[in-house]
Amino acid sequence: MCGIAGICCINSSDRFDADTICSMLSSIRHRGPDESGIYLDNHAALGHCRLSIIDLAGGIQPLSNENEDLWITYNGEIFNFPELKRCLDKHNFKTRTDTEVLLHLFEDHGIECLDMLNGQFAFAIWNSSKKELFLARDRLGIRPLFYTIQDNKIIFASEIKAVFQYPRIDRELDCIALDQIFTFWTTLPGYTAFKGIRELPPGHYLHLKNGIITIKQYWQTPLCREDSSEYSDLKEASEKLSCLITDSINIRLRADVPVGSYLSGGLDSSGITAKIVNKFNNRLTTFGIRFDDPDFDETAYQKHMVNHLKTNHTELLASNNLIADNFDRVIYHSEKPMTRTAPAPLFLLSKVVRDSNYKVVLTGEGADEFFGGYNIFREAKIRYFCARQPEATWRTELFGRIYPYIFNNPRMKKSLQAFFTRGMLDFENPYYSHCLRWANTCRIKSFWDKPFQKSVGQYDAIGELDSFLPGGFGKWDILSRAQFLESSLFMSNYLLSSQGDRVAMAHSLEIRLPFLDYRLLEALAALPRRWKISGIKEKFILRKIFENDLPADILNRTKQPYRAPVINALTADSSSYSSNMVSEDMVKKSGIFDYNKVSLLLKKIKNNRQPSEIDNMALCLIVSTQMLIDQFICNPVKIPEPYQVDMVIDKRNKN
Amino acid sequence: MEKTKYYNIIEDFIIEQFLFGSKEDLQRDFSLLEQGIIDSMGVLEIATYLEDTFNIIILDDEVIPENLDTIDNICRFLETKVKCAG
Repeated sequence: MCGIAGICCINSSDRFDADTICSMLSSIRHRGPDESGIYLDNHAALGHCRLSIIDLAGGIQPLSNENEDLWITYNGEIFNFPELKRCLDKHNFKTRTDTEVLLHLFEDHGIECLDMLNGQFAFAIWNSSKKELFLARDRLGIRPLFYTIQDNKIIFASEIKAVFQYPRIDRELDCIALDQIFTFWTTLPGYTAFKGIRELPPGHYLHLKNGIITIKQYWQTPLCREDSSEYSDLKEASEKLSCLITDSINIRLRADVPVGSYLSGGLDSSGITAKIVNKFNNRLTTFGIRFDDPDFDETAYQKHMVNHLKTNHTELLASNNLIADNFDRVIYHSEKPMTRTAPAPLFLLSKVVRDSNYKVVLTGEGADEFFGGYNIFREAKIRYFCARQPEATWRTELFGRIYPYIFNNPRMKKSLQAFFTRGMLDFENPYYSHCLRWANTCRIKSFWDKPFQKSVGQYDAIGELDSFLPGGFGKWDILSRAQFLESSLFMSNYLLSSQGDRVAMAHSLEIRLPFLDYRLLEALAALPRRWKISGIKEKFILRKIFENDLPADILNRTKQPYRAPVINALTADSSSYSSNMVSEDMVKKSGIFDYNKVSLLLKKIKNNRQPSEIDNMALCLIVSTQMLIDQFICNPVKIPEPYQVDMVIDKRNKN
Repeated sequence: MEKTKYYNIIEDFIIEQFLFGSKEDLQRDFSLLEQGIIDSMGVLEIATYLEDTFNIIILDDEVIPENLDTIDNICRFLETKVKCAG
């Protein structure tokens, strides 16, 4: 896993110096501390910082093909590269890396090579003779890639902070992107929190040719392809999916360094870990998080799994103080305001993993989205069920089954039922599953200062979302629609970045996600919905798949959402950086929020009048937005001095 | 309906506690749940506030939207409760 950066002229040539590209690399050196290289010619500059995982001695980049007209800078892993390499026997390989396999595949097949790749990647290939640039990102957006256009050049990198190293790039929050975050909890595909900085969406490529940039989608998340002839029964389906999961794990264990695993004690990470131990490595090292607060803690289940599988386990106690002390670093790495502090414990855990000399871990991310694990899916199913007979009050009792911990309070029962049945008759609404969440989140926009509200104007984020929907979306069943929204918005644009790549790579750790193997997702698309959520039992078929791998109490656990404390962490210490970010001075300086309202929120929190879910989210969004402005706009974090790269390929005078 | 003596107290509480000062978003017969002004925890918060401020006891069965979902309903409910308590 690595960091990439580059600058490419759109329709002219220029004299590139090494300094800019070296500064860009320097700002993301956490992504690749092992070695670095740059390539320069009269049209393009490419940079690479490397975290060595495959072919430790031979994989320095940028790398060329045999005749040196194609140059690649690549971040990621192509897990099926040994199989792909067999079809490339006419090429002379200089290394044993997947990078070189990808480059030759591109050389032979062009853009179509993307369909052959099973992996997580973001890369740039520069054709120096044709003067064409090709950027691409993996199907689901596991690896990041940002770009902007300035001075008739395209400037791209793995992280926005590297793009900002190019001279005179404006640093301004994008009010439209903020409106999206304050609705969907994240931006829509292509947007970033910063004006003018774009993200190449997952499953897309960008092609620069003859001065024209085209961006195209090469893969669409498959969700609604119910083909009853595909599986004869549940047993056959679970066996087929089980084989796919096993193979997905198998190819994700390919590395020249040891591979560990995250283990929370939940169904997904326990299932992955058990399969690794049972089939591939019975001396596995695992890592997990503990919390002070019993509402978030899963230690008992985690310990149970460790004893069951006899892994070499290391745990991290994510105390409120640790979360508070590191939240600013999390925002620096994620480059986005956030509704939750949940990325902070994972940021801390990645350091523990690296300190244990591990560079790669497998995680259980993605199962909730594609196997139907989230409460928002079950909620939608129950609302739809209630809506068909609104008079049958017993139906609303079902909400208590998915939120037993709040429904246990007899005072809350009726109001909770009223809360969850809001808008339940509106099932023609394409966003039926999510409109309640979005409407609640939009309330937080009331904290915006009037002039900022004015700059957003009449922008309609949900209206813009319409343009991203696949054809026929409105006719899909409620679960498939909800899964699409959850996976293409929240997973791709938030979980895989802020809670995935960015907090892991902050400490030079590569995460690999077996549940996001595209073969598995395509097989799942053809699965009858009732095998994903049976009644209101979530991840029904996944439990069948792990039947022989897991103890019964783990197998039958109800999902415990992965959460971390917000208010207790962010307001505990009045002299902390996060408290300073919501001081009158700082709030007025940044000009996004109305200080009077922020102070009333803080007062409410201080008086401890049972802050609601929305209060928690509002505080987290306000603090994180303020931190983003402070660290990237008002007082930009200083990058380490540009470093001496290990390899310079200078073609500037030969073109 | 006429504004009762409790009206302003309740309105101020909701404006400060849930709207953080934005008075313009509030109307007396708006459903606070439907408008997203409060969530389910908010209903509980209102109930606790009424108990603390007016020295009444609200039964679990009374914590329902019909009693606590609009300012008018809250005032009406409060009148009855205070009368009973008195």
